[in-house]
Amino acid sequence: MKLSCDIDIRHLTRVEGHGNIRIVIENGQVREAAWEVVETPRFFEAILVGKKYENAPYLCGRICGICSIAHTLTAIRAVENGFGMTPSLQTRRLRLLLKHMETLQSHILHIFFLAAPDYLGAGSILPLTVSHPKVVQQALRLKLLANDLCDEVGGRRLHPTRTVVGGFTMLPDRDRLRLFRRRLESALIDLDAGVDLFAGFSIPDFQRETEFVSLQGEGDYPFVGGNLVSSDGVLKAEEDYAGMSNEYMADYSTSKLSRLSRKSLAVGALARINNNFSGLLPEVRAIADGLGLVPVIQNPFMNVVAQLVECVQVVRESMQLIDELLAVPWQECRQPVEPREGVGVGAVEAPRGILYHCFHFDVAGRIVKADCVIPTSQNHANIRYDIEALAQFCAAQGKSDKEIELLAEMLVRAYDPCISCSVH
Amino acid sequence: MKEGKTFLGVPVARPRVAFFELSSCEGCQLQLLNNESTLLDFLSLMEIVRFREGMKEASDDYEIAFVEGSVTRKDEEERLKVIRKQAKVVVALGSCACFGGVNQLKNRFHDLAWVTKEVYGSFPIDTQEVKPISAIIEVDLEIYGCPVKKEEVERIVTLLVLGEEIQHPQYPVCMECKARENICLFDLGEPCLGPVTRGGCDAWCPSNRMGCWGCRGPVPEANLDQLRIIMAERGISREQMLDRLECFGGFAGYLASQDGIFGKKDTKEE
Repeated sequence: MKLSCDIDIRHLTRVEGHGNIRIVIENGQVREAAWEVVETPRFFEAILVGKKYENAPYLCGRICGICSIAHTLTAIRAVENGFGMTPSLQTRRLRLLLKHMETLQSHILHIFFLAAPDYLGAGSILPLTVSHPKVVQQALRLKLLANDLCDEVGGRRLHPTRTVVGGFTMLPDRDRLRLFRRRLESALIDLDAGVDLFAGFSIPDFQRETEFVSLQGEGDYPFVGGNLVSSDGVLKAEEDYAGMSNEYMADYSTSKLSRLSRKSLAVGALARINNNFSGLLPEVRAIADGLGLVPVIQNPFMNVVAQLVECVQVVRESMQLIDELLAVPWQECRQPVEPREGVGVGAVEAPRGILYHCFHFDVAGRIVKADCVIPTSQNHANIRYDIEALAQFCAAQGKSDKEIELLAEMLVRAYDPCISCSVH
Repeated sequence: MKEGKTFLGVPVARPRVAFFELSSCEGCQLQLLNNESTLLDFLSLMEIVRFREGMKEASDDYEIAFVEGSVTRKDEEERLKVIRKQAKVVVALGSCACFGGVNQLKNRFHDLAWVTKEVYGSFPIDTQEVKPISAIIEVDLEIYGCPVKKEEVERIVTLLVLGEEIQHPQYPVCMECKARENICLFDLGEPCLGPVTRGGCDAWCPSNRMGCWGCRGPVPEANLDQLRIIMAERGISREQMLDRLECFGGFAGYLASQDGIFGKKDTKEE
């Protein structure tokens, strides 16, 4: 029985950005259990002030190197909502296809490159190229497909070039879309292999009751816009996002933090599945069932499994989107934009959870005030309280330093935090 | 150093490489992982001993350091000095490291207290004027771009590992755009810094019909005064040109010399 431990991880590895974990247990009592965010702020909300609306997607995309597409699309939605614009059906389909491929790219990166090494006893994906070459190949193939399709639709996989307020600067090539449809079909086979792999992992059995926040589906599994919902029963309109995120500062974090009905909340794949399970495609629900992912799941480690299930959902939806796009001839790719004074809010499910951008415009469409609420900043407080509960759980079980350290690292990684994004 | 790797039959030493990130989106490092089809080959050129975003193991014994991001806090200056002491070669990776990047847009307000208050209210937060890493330490090599182009990074890194000389293109993005037979964006009424921005990206944005924002900084002998005349003739506003010139910090020298015309002032006043 291990009664004392002192864990001090400065700059946790295999996560995006800079965060520290500290756990001190003395004689079986948890003295300290902390998650600290030490990332340097970049002040995007100030940078945007005085800039014309067309700068917003270009600059906001650069908040994040993993989910730049989500930030770009959220900024566009906020501008378009502010100007009272409705994007065409073609634009909405293309944006969702682009968004899905970012979700796939980001989830695969996290599932296989950042999280899986812990379950396979490795320090990174590099040793897995020798011990599990097939898994690595499948992961790379999926990621390549997602990135290639992002290039085709958005112009570039990172910091996209074709996405603008009003639509797209250019449209994808129809023949290449047809070929992508085939690649998506074979991606389902690689994903099946991933599902089998994860079915064999023993996910740590840890629970903490949590309030989950996401977009609210209407018979579908939503990614772009609409009402906001929490598993504690809070329901708000998109433009009332601030009442859902309730940002505040604390001395342990350079990122803002969030709370709603409890002292913390969670967003992300697990929140989406918990809140919108019935909106998943029947084939996807069956996979979720097989992996033990039936709501409500209160185990944060299961977020990785939820991401894997979402990969199947977005691949299937993308095949359907391509069918719909190819069924009709191309329409105009870009609508005219007429700036107007007012406020615009965009809410989008980024890979790591719900993301809000809000801009106040003057009459010429210049930003006079900006607010960006990042998924990971909404998760930070929940991660902190999870670590506290995990430390107590470990102390009660008498786990060794090494076990506690690994579990704490895996717990934070399970949230797939994007820390530089959260501080922005 | 591990043996066995050859290039065209000649044995190649695998240098020990470390990656570091200061204030940034970490996208440039991810661009390297975004290289699925050539990733494993690329990785075999070097021995990566530190890559926090991708691996748990970390060593302080390295020869080449890639540094992403700009400097916005004192502790980042200290980290840089430690890196400089250890590394034989320090590479600035991406526009934030080379010029300050989008982060340096906050410098245009000349009032850090206002900037911190705008975002954090009265909560105390530590920050300083954004600087490129060359303002703190000597930099041996710069790789431009927001984001960096993976093909270019691979080419440069291969030359670096082989000990060959590295030369950046001396021609503008405009030349590469013409070579790709794109429609000129000026003809579509779009602002574009292609005529004055250093090439090497293969006209990445203009080929997708988005005008160049100058993320790679100025080409040698860039004629910005002439570009201003062209933009004015095409009815592109001074504000739109300024948005692009000031976006990544590469043209900061030119803008500083233009006080009173573009002025180092808040665009709100325009």
